[in-house]
Amino acid sequence: MSLSADAKGRLSTLLGTRQDAIIKEWTAIAARTLRGRQTEGELVHQVTEVFAALDTVLHTGDGGIHAADAGEARATLSELSRQWARRGFSPTETATLVFGAKEAVVGVLDTEGRGEVPVDFMDLSRLVDDMGLFTFETYTRAREEILADQTEQLLELSTPVVKLWEGIVAVPLIGTLDSARAQVVMEKLLQTLVDTGAAYAIVDITGVPAVDTQVAQHILKTVVAARLMGAECVISGIRPQIAQTVVALGIEFGDIVTKATLADALVHTLRASGVQISRTARKGF
Amino acid sequence: MDRVPVLKIGEILLVSIQIDLEDHTAMQLQDDLSHRIVETGAHGVVIDISALEIVDSFIGRMLSTIASVSRVLDAETVVVGMRPAVAITLVELGLSLKGVRTALNVDRALEILAEARPGVLAGSAADEPAAEPVP
Repeated sequence: MSLSADAKGRLSTLLGTRQDAIIKEWTAIAARTLRGRQTEGELVHQVTEVFAALDTVLHTGDGGIHAADAGEARATLSELSRQWARRGFSPTETATLVFGAKEAVVGVLDTEGRGEVPVDFMDLSRLVDDMGLFTFETYTRAREEILADQTEQLLELSTPVVKLWEGIVAVPLIGTLDSARAQVVMEKLLQTLVDTGAAYAIVDITGVPAVDTQVAQHILKTVVAARLMGAECVISGIRPQIAQTVVALGIEFGDIVTKATLADALVHTLRASGVQISRTARKGF
Repeated sequence: MDRVPVLKIGEILLVSIQIDLEDHTAMQLQDDLSHRIVETGAHGVVIDISALEIVDSFIGRMLSTIASVSRVLDAETVVVGMRPAVAITLVELGLSLKGVRTALNVDRALEILAEARPGVLAGSAADEPAAEPVP
């Protein structure tokens, strides 16, 4: 968009001479939507920064917020919207913080008794809209980054491979098993088999809320891959409800050993690896 | 031409594949191995694929074929040291290497072979030359 030098000059004076009043009005408008989620001082500070960005944009070449020399303004807005995204502000709240400028300008002019809308208001509006959209884009990107980070953290958190005995490892699966997680679990389990040389692995699905064909497919793939590497896999922790679902869905576990509890699976693998379990009579019993 | 050595240790033939197998190398290995089994009367074959980063469907089928051929010649085949990535790829390809026994390492493979054939102690034949390359 292009803005004549005259219009820029007029807007610049309009904003410059009434800076304090506009910021005050703007802060009041923003505070309405935020309803006390942000302290007054912080809000004034942030509004002042946005105001400074708007002022910078007014002094730059064509292109508004996207102009080559508006880098500083862009950086300010990005930083602010990132901050808002991290603090869990809603899209409306974030956008209103920037769009409030228009209302503030009109409000200030109103109190001065100049009811009429200035000729350059359309241009100002367009500038502010651009800034608002830019803020919003950064906001969305920041939210996506946060989501991606959390997903990654969840993946790291949720896939421990624990050693139960010499040559026996277990993977307690907790939560819904989607393709991405299943892949991580599979890779981690197989790598552990290589690292520890364990010949038995127990996949415990006590914490998996539901087993559909896809989840079963993932588990079966893991078991077959472990077999290919030369380790035997046992599936444990199958709840009655899940056993019924599995049968109803017609999922075949074939010759894969399944046990109801992790304890049963451990006993099975211990026996298979040649360990003898016996209980010694204790005194007093 | 690249050739994969077949080493005889006692009653067992050890094949360690250290190069990426091309189709004709694989065919050559299959051929060499069946001859060596007959020559030596070996009762076990251990194929170490820990150096292989790529196992395609052709190599997968070769392993299955070798296992079947060896079984006909009264020798048990154990494939050893498959990498996790390779195992995942094979599963994704839908190949489960039916009829091939697998083990995590050579130690385990020797145990499996010893269990399968009690009385024959793996690698204990001291009077045999420990290893000889393929002629």
